[in-house]
Amino acid sequence: MIPSLLLIPAVGGVLAYFVRRAGPRRALLVLAAVAHAGMTAATWRVEPAPAWGGWLELDALGRMFLTITSALFLAAALYGVAYLREEGHGERRDVEEGFLFDNAPEATFTACLLLFLAAMTLVTVSQGFGLLWVAVEATTLASAPLIYFHRHHRSLEATWKYLLICSVGIALALLGNFFLAVAASGHGGASVRLVLPDLIARAPGLRIVWLRAAFLLFLVGYGTKMGLAPLHTWLPDAHSEAPSVVSALLSGALLNCALLGIVRVQQVCAAAGQAAFGQGLLVGFGLLSMAVAAVFILGQADYKRMLAYSSVEHMGILTLGIGLGGGGTFGGMLHAVNHSFTKAMMFLVAGNILTRYRSKSTEEVRGVLRALPASGILWAIGLFAITGSPPFGPFLSELTILKAALDQGRAGVAIAYLILLAVIFVGMATAILGMAQGVPRDARMTARAREPLLRVVPAAALAAVVLLLGVYIPPAVRTALEDAARALG
Amino acid sequence: MTETLTDRQEKILAFIKRSIQEQGYPPTIREIGEHFGIRSTNGVNDHLKALERKGYLLRGELKSRALSVIEGGKPARFVRREVEPFVGYGLSMLIGTSFLAGSLWLAGRLPLPSPTISPLVVPVALFTMLVGLFLIVSRRKALTQVLGYLVLENAIYAFGVGLVEGTPMVVELGVLLDLFVAVFVMGIAVFHINREFDHIDADRLSTLRDWAG
Repeated sequence: MIPSLLLIPAVGGVLAYFVRRAGPRRALLVLAAVAHAGMTAATWRVEPAPAWGGWLELDALGRMFLTITSALFLAAALYGVAYLREEGHGERRDVEEGFLFDNAPEATFTACLLLFLAAMTLVTVSQGFGLLWVAVEATTLASAPLIYFHRHHRSLEATWKYLLICSVGIALALLGNFFLAVAASGHGGASVRLVLPDLIARAPGLRIVWLRAAFLLFLVGYGTKMGLAPLHTWLPDAHSEAPSVVSALLSGALLNCALLGIVRVQQVCAAAGQAAFGQGLLVGFGLLSMAVAAVFILGQADYKRMLAYSSVEHMGILTLGIGLGGGGTFGGMLHAVNHSFTKAMMFLVAGNILTRYRSKSTEEVRGVLRALPASGILWAIGLFAITGSPPFGPFLSELTILKAALDQGRAGVAIAYLILLAVIFVGMATAILGMAQGVPRDARMTARAREPLLRVVPAAALAAVVLLLGVYIPPAVRTALEDAARALG
Repeated sequence: MTETLTDRQEKILAFIKRSIQEQGYPPTIREIGEHFGIRSTNGVNDHLKALERKGYLLRGELKSRALSVIEGGKPARFVRREVEPFVGYGLSMLIGTSFLAGSLWLAGRLPLPSPTISPLVVPVALFTMLVGLFLIVSRRKALTQVLGYLVLENAIYAFGVGLVEGTPMVVELGVLLDLFVAVFVMGIAVFHINREFDHIDADRLSTLRDWAG
């Protein structure tokens, strides 16, 4: 079952590259996404057998993240069909500087999209640290061409930053792998396999100094990919220049994959009795990310960049949760789920707004509720969901994290957390409500536009999931998250 | 790399060339508009942008009369063969030496797992790694940055070969494949940067930022 989860998108991706006609290729994209989602849903009923001698195995945490990835990809694929139909081909005018540019060939785009899914699937099923590293690097390489879909100088700049910063970061994580191997090697030179269950079983015998150094390298390496400040610099550029459907996947699915890398090594640390060492660092990185995001969200002139900084903020929140430990870890994992669905939804809606208004400026976009009623409503819903207002999912997880901080008597952390959340709420609400309300500047925009079903329904479905998670967490999800929280100490 | 021009673009290009030859300086956008009966400056701008995109013209930033025609490839002021680093060579040597001292100090604090391993493996790997990182941040050209990335990878691999025994074949192959693809993808990106900008200076990739400064 695990091999087919990997093979469906991988083979689909290779095929998509060679399919010449647009129609069948888009059908292939949706077909692969549906098949992958179906297989993923099946893993909740039937425990998939480990493959490759224990290197590939789907544990509770991996399954949670795989489900998020697969669900988001399905939404993105459906949206992508409509997106490509409208914007996929031909010369286009740049929305900011007005020059003409071409898009990358649609076949390459579709192929990379599917290979990206394959790489992310590999991240979620890897139990070996080496393989996990390979998979995370593969996600970078598969997604770089996606960011350079619009062939112009700004997206090229974003792609270059993304490639170089993430590759260097991930190279440090490779060094972390080697440090971990040294930490695990026996005194006679006998080595242990770098597979999660083996490492956890032998955790008390690990060399502590090397283990700590390894954790640091993993944190910096995967933290770069995850967008933790001050390693986040690639993130706003990549998210604002990539097509919105790609931004949704980057923010909703890819950042989680990097988080998984950090969580895995924290699992080993916790088993070795070193949980506290990592937790202190995670709290620090978490608060710093939130603070940096707050500064850049206030007065942000570009709404896609604002969403990107909001991703930095939420990565900070869930890192903080995991760093607090106990109930906070549960809150952090739950927040990962909530954030993925909410942010992906918002990026999809942002894509609709960008298509209609042809501007990324928060100042120029006015009256979305009039010009694009469905998208406008979703945009406003997204604001309240992402800033943690009830009754949406993020409210619940942010509250859990706050409760954990207060339970531990860390009043300073709790106060800083609340202040930053409030500042970000004000910043985002000003921008997003301003965009949603009012009258469009351009008189032609006052008429309602036809909104293609495929560009609204996926986002609406994601919004429904966010609302559902706010009022009811399915028991299976709760158990999976609690298991994960226990393993992290 | 140059593409064919439309009739209108051809005429505008000829007009700019003629003005430069006759007056010694290029025309303003308004002059071009008047000559061709294009009323809006935006309209003229579109033509100029198309010419620029197709590689026939170079436009200065926000200045009027800042057009230069490209012939036979690149305008002269863009050919910079020297790699001009952000940090000079003398200072680089000094910084490199301090890296060496730092890595020796750091390596002394990490106990080796077995006495058979040479005590030089860790400092050498750390030193090479720092040099790689330094190359990435202190050099301008995208290609040099890729080189720095390779130095970094070499260091990490040297560490792995020296200290870690028995990495599984699959992972080794995976690392190799990833590295290969990474350099390949970066190579493609460098190619695109070169084509789009006529240079591979990564420090000029600086349009994207939060506040225009």
